[in-house]
Amino acid sequence: MNELQYRANFFIQLLQSAVAVVTALVVLKLVYSHTKELNGWSESELLVVMGIHVLLGGVIGMSIQPNMERLMEEVRDGKLDFALMKPEDSQVLVSVREVRIWRAVDIISGAGVVAYGVRGLETDFGASDALLFLAMLVIGTITIYCFWLVISTLAFWIVNVWNIIELFNGIYLTGRFPVSIYPTWLRIGVTFIVPIAFAITVPAEAVTSRLEWGTVVLAVGFSAVLFVATRRWWRFGVRRYSGASA
Amino acid sequence: MSTEVAGSPRETRQAGAARSMLDFYLTRGRTEIQSQFQYRVAQYLYMIGMLAEPIVYLVVWTTIAEQQGGSVEGITPGEFAAYYIVWTLVRNMNIVFTPYGWEWRIREGILSAALLRPLHPLHDDLAGFAGWKFVVIGLWLPIAAVLWLVFDPLLDPSLVEVLVFSVAIWGAYLIRTMFLSLLGMVTFWTTRVSALFELAIAFELLLSGRLVPLELMPSWSQDLAYLLPFVWTFYFPIQALVGDLSTAGLLGGLAAQAGWTIALTGLMLVAWRHAVRRYSAVGN
Repeated sequence: MNELQYRANFFIQLLQSAVAVVTALVVLKLVYSHTKELNGWSESELLVVMGIHVLLGGVIGMSIQPNMERLMEEVRDGKLDFALMKPEDSQVLVSVREVRIWRAVDIISGAGVVAYGVRGLETDFGASDALLFLAMLVIGTITIYCFWLVISTLAFWIVNVWNIIELFNGIYLTGRFPVSIYPTWLRIGVTFIVPIAFAITVPAEAVTSRLEWGTVVLAVGFSAVLFVATRRWWRFGVRRYSGASA
Repeated sequence: MSTEVAGSPRETRQAGAARSMLDFYLTRGRTEIQSQFQYRVAQYLYMIGMLAEPIVYLVVWTTIAEQQGGSVEGITPGEFAAYYIVWTLVRNMNIVFTPYGWEWRIREGILSAALLRPLHPLHDDLAGFAGWKFVVIGLWLPIAAVLWLVFDPLLDPSLVEVLVFSVAIWGAYLIRTMFLSLLGMVTFWTTRVSALFELAIAFELLLSGRLVPLELMPSWSQDLAYLLPFVWTFYFPIQALVGDLSTAGLLGGLAAQAGWTIALTGLMLVAWRHAVRRYSAVGN
């Protein structure tokens, strides 16, 4: 909340968010000036995908990434001791210490893009669709959070985990389009190795009435397994941590 | 021309200055090659992360081409593959010192030390990044081989095209260095350069051929693109190798690159003169 002091940053973020959204819209217009549908996805449907991409990018930038960056930094310089000594659960603690509040602008503008896309849909969008969408979005966010924590926990063994974060930020771009357009090897990669499909495409499928129950079960099951595994992996990492000087 | 005879002290001095400048570039480039080569794994992760962007574009346009019966605006999937694979090298050549770097240099007072040296700081950036490019090109070759096998590009360049391409990627490097350094001068006035930078990058993305080959853009934006420097940093180098430019087109492109390099360097130096007067060291 420290960032609330820097109000000019809000306008900067607003401008940056606008640039990102306009760029995404131009890309969309360009794609649909050459075709009516992209692998079965209409323009409005793809707008929903892009909106979720911006929205989730905001969630990651606002809370997941800053917390994980701080974690990696503290493992390196030994300050993590202070968090571990507190009586609260260490995993919860390291996950909620930082908030970059102005990145919430991306969440709002992303939601706006989704809403605009929903308006243009030919299929009906009812309350149950909205609920399913929100549920899948929450599950997707949990999956992405677990993925980040698994990577960040590597900091207990490897000094320079930043590079892997760079790698993630590159791969996150694939979420701008539904994963069904990608060749099989890439689709599997962005579904199970980097869980972008669960985080973006599956919620988008919920909005555009193409979500099958099998996918829901898979998404819920995958995130549950990943969540438990992440927790164990975190504990394993903490046991490995021996502090450094601080 | 001076009236002095050859071998006069002044000419000897000039030759000496040129030689020490060359020596500086070679030494600085060589040390950068050695220091960057130490971080091969980090470099690879970074380069692989960057592959997502062209692969996404490639897959999207290949999908559309197949839906349209084999091509979009006459471009086939094989040609798209060639375009975006060459793109990956051009993109890597385009990575230069950013305005964020300038912001950091000023905020941390690192610029103070650079100002004490008898050379313009730009020389250090140019030589250092140029050295790093050799490491990048070396590391890129295996990546290109994999992409080649996966995406099956249609690429059959002539010798002239290869030669022009290998010059043009350095032209792109110079133009982008000068453009981003010029933008970096803004950080002498404000510490919040990010919004401006993102805006410039968005324009570049759309009007350079980085997003799509320019043929796919509406014709008014193609006209607009040719009024800006970006097209010479992405589209032209890629097209030199991938496309069917005439010899005149190839040489004209190199001339345009030279023109933009000179113009942007001039602007950068003027901006620098004003900017550095505003600088007062912080810390350090």
